[in-house]
Amino acid sequence: MAVLLVAEISKGALNRDATAKAMRAVRDLGPVTLLCAGATPEAAAEAARIDGAARVLLAEGTQYAHQMAEPLAALIAVLAGEFEHVAAPATSVAKNALPRVAGLLDVMVIPDVLKVVDAETFERPIYAGNAIQTVRSRDAVKLMTIRTTGFDAAGEGEAAPIETVADLADPGLAAWLTDAVTESDRLELTSASRVVSGGRGMASKENFALVEGLADSLSAAVGASRAAVDAGYAPNDWQVGQTGKVVAPDLYVAVGISGAIQHLAGMKDSKVIVAINKDEEAPIFQVADYGLVGDLFELVPELTGALR
Amino acid sequence: MKILVPVKRVMDYNVQPRVKADGSGVDLANVKMSMNPFDEIAVEEAIRLKEAGVASEVIVVSIGVKQAQDALRTALAMGADRAILVNAGDDVHQDIEPLAVARILAKVVEAEAPELVITGKQAIDNDMNATGQMLAARLGWGQAMFASKLEIADGVAKVTREVDGGLQSIEVKLPAIVSADLRLNEPRYASLPNIMKAKKKPLVETSAADYGVDVSPRLEIVSVREPQGRQAGIKLGSVNELVGQLKEAGVL
Repeated sequence: MAVLLVAEISKGALNRDATAKAMRAVRDLGPVTLLCAGATPEAAAEAARIDGAARVLLAEGTQYAHQMAEPLAALIAVLAGEFEHVAAPATSVAKNALPRVAGLLDVMVIPDVLKVVDAETFERPIYAGNAIQTVRSRDAVKLMTIRTTGFDAAGEGEAAPIETVADLADPGLAAWLTDAVTESDRLELTSASRVVSGGRGMASKENFALVEGLADSLSAAVGASRAAVDAGYAPNDWQVGQTGKVVAPDLYVAVGISGAIQHLAGMKDSKVIVAINKDEEAPIFQVADYGLVGDLFELVPELTGALR
Repeated sequence: MKILVPVKRVMDYNVQPRVKADGSGVDLANVKMSMNPFDEIAVEEAIRLKEAGVASEVIVVSIGVKQAQDALRTALAMGADRAILVNAGDDVHQDIEPLAVARILAKVVEAEAPELVITGKQAIDNDMNATGQMLAARLGWGQAMFASKLEIADGVAKVTREVDGGLQSIEVKLPAIVSADLRLNEPRYASLPNIMKAKKKPLVETSAADYGVDVSPRLEIVSVREPQGRQAGIKLGSVNELVGQLKEAGVL
């Protein structure tokens, strides 16, 4: 009943938060082997100390450096044979690669697992989180991505042994060109304990500075609704929702966001939700614990000032 | 160059889903259905490539119940050239899993030999986000998922992908699978004359059995339930009241 957990690696470094949350979700299923593909030896060493890791496999080949789906899926598919479960945190890397692994192995993928009921039964959201489906897998290998918001990160444990795995040949189907990564000192959206998001009500890219100012006063990450991203007010990687990022911070502040179903899907599991909107009928108030009805261009600077 | 676009008929995105009383699934009886919005974006992109002279023919395919031909007719009205309906059951509540869909699509690709398949990133009913990747694996093709920009030149697709950290550019050799994200384009509305014309465009019906693919599910649906609801909270009169409440709630 062994588990292969694919660690989230970015530019060689470990995304410990996402990986350790996924570890918490799967470690009761059996001894967990962590795969660190395209990672540095330092990142593998950090992964080895996540409580629950029984061993770490390090694949250092350059073909894994950008987490391209074709070489990564080929590697996971080769390794999968000795495991009953193969899992990864539900990041854009895993959503790209794991269904490809499923296609290679001729098994289904179970995306966005919210809860592990038993070794073959899992809960997952459908219809943008408007329904929760419990599925039982009949496949020999249970392949799944873990929605990390439902799990606390596993702590530090004894360092597990690290083994190097042989690289496979790059299938040469695709090539990485560039990453246009939004450089910022801001907290990472999915792991921040506070998030401030802006919506269409911000009315311009320049006005988004108000959202950022409020986020600064709260030490929060910055998010956005799809409408704000579509309108060019905010970059795509800030998008919270059904098809963007799913967050569940201690505090979520929605500014000028009406609360479309697809946005609620990405944040309604936050512990405390605050909504600031001029429309008192906005659906966001149906999920908000605290609401302020009024002009955000007055309320947000006032709130920012009060918090400083 | 032929382009194949798989489309799915799903509950319209404006409809509030209701879980059936017996907990077997979401109620689809007498509910407005439409083409999956991400698939509309995929169809639009294919049509634009044809209009730009890059593609010669746009073929749309849907796998599911007979009523899925509505989605195909919509795609034809948008500008696709012909359609294939793969009948895979007659119970509207029986979702065909992405793996079975991908296996059937692989057979359609063998028969039609497109150089490019554009799928929607995910269907908004089961939110699986898997069919395109699985199809790429079955065919041994490269994949460029979650595309927000697509350019075709010299046998290569150059794709900008929406990823967690921002945007990523990759090149994938054709034939390949691309999946459409929200910002790839804004799909057109079909005009009334085009809707009439679409009724005369060819739509071929086949069945899953014709392709020798078993569509029985690998995932047994044990139950479906409503999520835990959230109670609407309180509206406050001032910023100071809000700060006070947040301190009391222990989040400041």
